[in-house]
Amino acid sequence: MNELELKKIANRVRQGIIEGVYSAKSGHPGGSLSAADIYTYLYFEEMNVDPKDPRKADRDRFVLSKGHTAPGYYATLAERGFFPVEDLKTLRHVGSYLQGHPDRKHIPGVDMSSGSLGQGISAAVGMALAAKIDGDAYRTYTLLGDGEIQEGQVWEAAMFAGAKKLDNLVVIVDNNNLQIDGEVSEVNTPYPITDKFAAFNFHVVEADAHDFNSLKAAFDEAKATKGMPTAIIAKSVKGKGVSFMENKAGWHGKAPNDAEYEQAMEELKKAGEALCQN
Amino acid sequence: MSELVKIATRDSYGNALVAMAEKYKNLVVLDADLASATKTGIFKKAYPKLHFDCGIAESNMMGIAAGLATAGKIPWASSFAMFAAGRAYEQVRNSIAYPHLNVKIGATHAGVSVGEDGATHQCLEDLALMRVIPGMVVLNPADDIEAKAAVEAACAYDGPVYARFGRLATPVFNTGADYKFEIGKGIVLKEGKDLTIVATGLPVYEALLAAEKFEQEGVSVKVINIHTIKPLDEKLILAAAKETGKVVTVEEHSIIGGLGSAVCEVLSEKAPTPVLRIGVNDEFGQSGPGGELIKLYGLDAEGIYKKVKTFL
Repeated sequence: MNELELKKIANRVRQGIIEGVYSAKSGHPGGSLSAADIYTYLYFEEMNVDPKDPRKADRDRFVLSKGHTAPGYYATLAERGFFPVEDLKTLRHVGSYLQGHPDRKHIPGVDMSSGSLGQGISAAVGMALAAKIDGDAYRTYTLLGDGEIQEGQVWEAAMFAGAKKLDNLVVIVDNNNLQIDGEVSEVNTPYPITDKFAAFNFHVVEADAHDFNSLKAAFDEAKATKGMPTAIIAKSVKGKGVSFMENKAGWHGKAPNDAEYEQAMEELKKAGEALCQN
Repeated sequence: MSELVKIATRDSYGNALVAMAEKYKNLVVLDADLASATKTGIFKKAYPKLHFDCGIAESNMMGIAAGLATAGKIPWASSFAMFAAGRAYEQVRNSIAYPHLNVKIGATHAGVSVGEDGATHQCLEDLALMRVIPGMVVLNPADDIEAKAAVEAACAYDGPVYARFGRLATPVFNTGADYKFEIGKGIVLKEGKDLTIVATGLPVYEALLAAEKFEQEGVSVKVINIHTIKPLDEKLILAAAKETGKVVTVEEHSIIGGLGSAVCEVLSEKAPTPVLRIGVNDEFGQSGPGGELIKLYGLDAEGIYKKVKTFL
């Protein structure tokens, strides 16, 4: 798929995020928007998945360790055909299968329930280990927030993955530098993130989370790396694509009101139309 | 009966894992640097490629177990009860039980019978912590025969299971030939009509000895072994309560939240019956030889006998 097509999909994913969070009157738009291009690249370019057979044995696995950015995950799965895009409007509603955080029991395409920060990466390590035990070729990807890596369990998991040389595992850190209480560097700095993962025996790649060529280079490098897991530190902008949400910690976990929703959708639709005129 | 062979159920656990690996090709074992103590080391020796030491990182171990289960493995994640149910509680709840994954938790060194290590390592709250989690099966076998059977039943069951084992060697009172383990089914060890003792785990045999002493004094005590704390065999307990009119619970666990609470919940709603809970009162344990601590906390036959006597 060419870059323009990926950009168009990512634009629709962003619209799906706003629709979902607006309909839910709650949720996490900031980190969903920062990860929208990563989700798009994974599900439309990188991963071997089949919406018609969500649990096929040889599929690549994905664990959304930063589970609160489910709106972006769901919008991507819907775009990919795992369930109807219209259902995004049921996000967080009573009776909906689209739970506030990923639920593997009820959502097609979701490999692991997650949401309690720091836990998803361990499950991803378990999946990668299972592939190694059985000699299976599938790869496992997990997306973490840069605030999330303050959780100690992340480093327990990283230590194990590095020690066991799980080169079928890719850990992606959505490095938007913001968490609920402010800048990650001020709340409790996890920097230097690259050096930390390197010290845990990871191959570390830095990427631009909003540049598909940069993402492609990073994921290709991960695939070519043998004997150690890869960490992709993806520099991103929280709230990317909606002007008033960009780089604002306040949009971590807040839904837009009517006027904000209108503005956000207008901006995204305009951006989408501009892509179509290219 | 004093000449019964004594075996610690942690040994039963390690041996049962080896036996199960022949039947369940997807079985894998995880440990957190305690393989020699939890006895998964026995399994490691037999199946070195299916044993994964996660190091001293129980939270991560539970998550890895969850991930393995999504890929069709039957992981047995092993540590001391304190760290399996205590430290990794939220991982067990959110990564294992919420998605209802086929993870088995092998928790050894439960209760005060851990002995000399003292309060920090004597988990008296695990049954409470585990049974409150939706969909979690909680097993607490009483001897070697039952512990092995519990491991087998857990392997055959599709879903999360917490199985509790002990460090102290205890009498093997069940007999292999006619013994049958079924998840959720209590076992009547002795009939009686004046009172029922419902016991679980290590003190089951002690309760049986206490009941026999009462028998000699003309008091007829029924004894039920509850190896499955959840799902609880409500039917058996209700019938016994109606039959004998008084119920005593005995467990090597806090009297809060474990078997005693589970029995009271059932009886108070469905057949209000006077209940005496015997266990460790609302306190922490302490250092000392395991057998001595069992006596100190009144969980041996003599201690149980004395407390029950006040309740007749």
